[in-house]
Amino acid sequence: MSKKNKYQVDEKGMYGRFGGAFIPEMLYPNIENLKTVYLDIINSEAFQNEYKALLKDYVGRPSPLYYAKRLSEKYNTQVYLKREDLNHTGAHKINNTVGQILIAKHMGKDRIIAETGAGQHGVATATACALMGLQCVVYMGEVDIERQAPNVARMKMLGAEVVAAKSGSKTLKDATNEALRDWICNPEDTFYLIGSVVGPHPYPDMVARLQAIISEEIKWQIKEKTDKDYPDYVIACVGGGSNAAGSFYHFLDDERVSLVAVEASGMGVDSGETAATIALGDLGIIHGSKTFLMQSDDGQITEPYSISAGLDYPGIGPQHAHLHDTKRGSFISATDADALEAAKELTQLEGIIPALESAHALSALSKMSFKKDDSVVITVSGRGDKDMATYMNRFGF
Amino acid sequence: MKRIQKLLQEKKDIFSVYYTAGYPNLDDTMPILNALQKAGCDLVEIGMPFSDPLADGPTIQHSSEQALENGMSINLLFEQIKELRPSITMPIVLMGYINPVFKYGVEAFISKCQEVGVDGVILPDLPFDEYHEKYQTLFEEAGIANTFLITPQTPNERIQLIDANSNGFIYMVSSSAVTGAKSGLSDEQLDYFNRVNSLDLNTPRIIGFGISNQSTFETACQYASGAIVGSAFVKLLKEKGADESAINDFVKDIKRNN
Repeated sequence: MSKKNKYQVDEKGMYGRFGGAFIPEMLYPNIENLKTVYLDIINSEAFQNEYKALLKDYVGRPSPLYYAKRLSEKYNTQVYLKREDLNHTGAHKINNTVGQILIAKHMGKDRIIAETGAGQHGVATATACALMGLQCVVYMGEVDIERQAPNVARMKMLGAEVVAAKSGSKTLKDATNEALRDWICNPEDTFYLIGSVVGPHPYPDMVARLQAIISEEIKWQIKEKTDKDYPDYVIACVGGGSNAAGSFYHFLDDERVSLVAVEASGMGVDSGETAATIALGDLGIIHGSKTFLMQSDDGQITEPYSISAGLDYPGIGPQHAHLHDTKRGSFISATDADALEAAKELTQLEGIIPALESAHALSALSKMSFKKDDSVVITVSGRGDKDMATYMNRFGF
Repeated sequence: MKRIQKLLQEKKDIFSVYYTAGYPNLDDTMPILNALQKAGCDLVEIGMPFSDPLADGPTIQHSSEQALENGMSINLLFEQIKELRPSITMPIVLMGYINPVFKYGVEAFISKCQEVGVDGVILPDLPFDEYHEKYQTLFEEAGIANTFLITPQTPNERIQLIDANSNGFIYMVSSSAVTGAKSGLSDEQLDYFNRVNSLDLNTPRIIGFGISNQSTFETACQYASGAIVGSAFVKLLKEKGADESAINDFVKDIKRNN
């Protein structure tokens, strides 16, 4: 194995001992087909031109790398925020959906299905489908549909059909099962647009490549702002892990850069109400991928908990499991309370209301110690508009 | 494995039933097995319930949820089978998803299967390559038949590869669907059965998905060694419970011409 590929997927779809495609035979031809074409499509000039043009003019990239002066003063280090919250639709999710929708078009698929938890990926998918004029079906847990009415309305306004997942715990993992069932039943015309670096190979790699634009930009932006061509730290929150995968991508082989992922530990890692998959460290297979996940002693997948709907996935992307295994990445966790505190702090020091997910990443500032001249890049994966009800409730505004 | 191979060699029109362990009640697994044998069922697939059964439709999803709520687990299922195995002559195949087996430990699982008299397993999300590289020897040495699925989308070369590495039967999924989603067999499906039959495979096929009554069972038997009824039987259990005479009527009705 060449050094360059140490942290990337191998020819078998594995990241070390994680990943693979543990899927029923019914899905095999679909996955095999995607596996065969995705790299050629992504690397083609036609795709790159179209993708880059959409990222620039539609998504609004490059997203700024903002030097957070007051935050830097408070923590006595140099804090830079990668502003994915300024993207169209308010989060990094759109980088992936715009890319996958183009792949689907290249493959001649005209029906798009997706899963969504809080609705962010569903909205980003419905947006890309509206843009391309493709049929869009979004699976969403019945419980989440009730909790996230504004996003359900957004998806409907964008022309998507929102289908309630009524099995199991009626949340994200069940919506994912429902989407996979749809794909089993509609193998010919349908493209499954997964929202994170999870699922069977090649999804984790494909989504990471589409989110890699985040670190591609950080690389030249940090050079413009500091006297070095690399940051000392890149910090991102991780649920399934797509914004972290994109933030780390171009720094994986640059060991001068410390990569830090922040999981959501909910009420605390050992509280039973958590989503800190790596911290719990139980190996298994979820949605076609071998990785760390939350399960009972009998191997039944359990429901995660976090105040942040975007981080409560019971598994984690296989590349992150591998980064943890090889110690290339540091995985820490933040509780609901930590995240709320960090959200309030960013808002009041910098005038930026972050999404609750991103607030987990920001809480690393108070959990770690940095040197005065370290450049610390934190990815603000999304904006906090969608979390105002929680902030109002918790802060009593 | 011998029981399965013997059955496949000696019998045509094999009637097979799938049901979920621990459903509708925790202790129903064995009475249902007894009733099926009495009624003339040839082969049984007992489902190991899983929290995330992504290849199953609502009927089997519901049965899995209920079974887990009842407290069913792989350990308990092994205990139940062990107790009744001496009085059951049918081959017993366990069917389920890979994660609970993985958590149990694949080696421990296989050796327990051997110990309690399980003849084969179907793990739809255990990929062929993974099985071939890591577990095939283990299964074969223990005499446990691993059963692969094929579907209308499976290319011929892959079917032949699966055939060369199977030692019980091949589970021929009748359509692009999850369990219980479709009923009846179309011309397109019959073409697919013919295509598979023209490959001159060594491993007998049993057709599953979409087999729910006498007519679909009989049609399937014209193209394979037998057929599996799953969701339709689980539906019966939902309505009537583990009722011996209802099970008897159900089996006799489907098998009435065979």
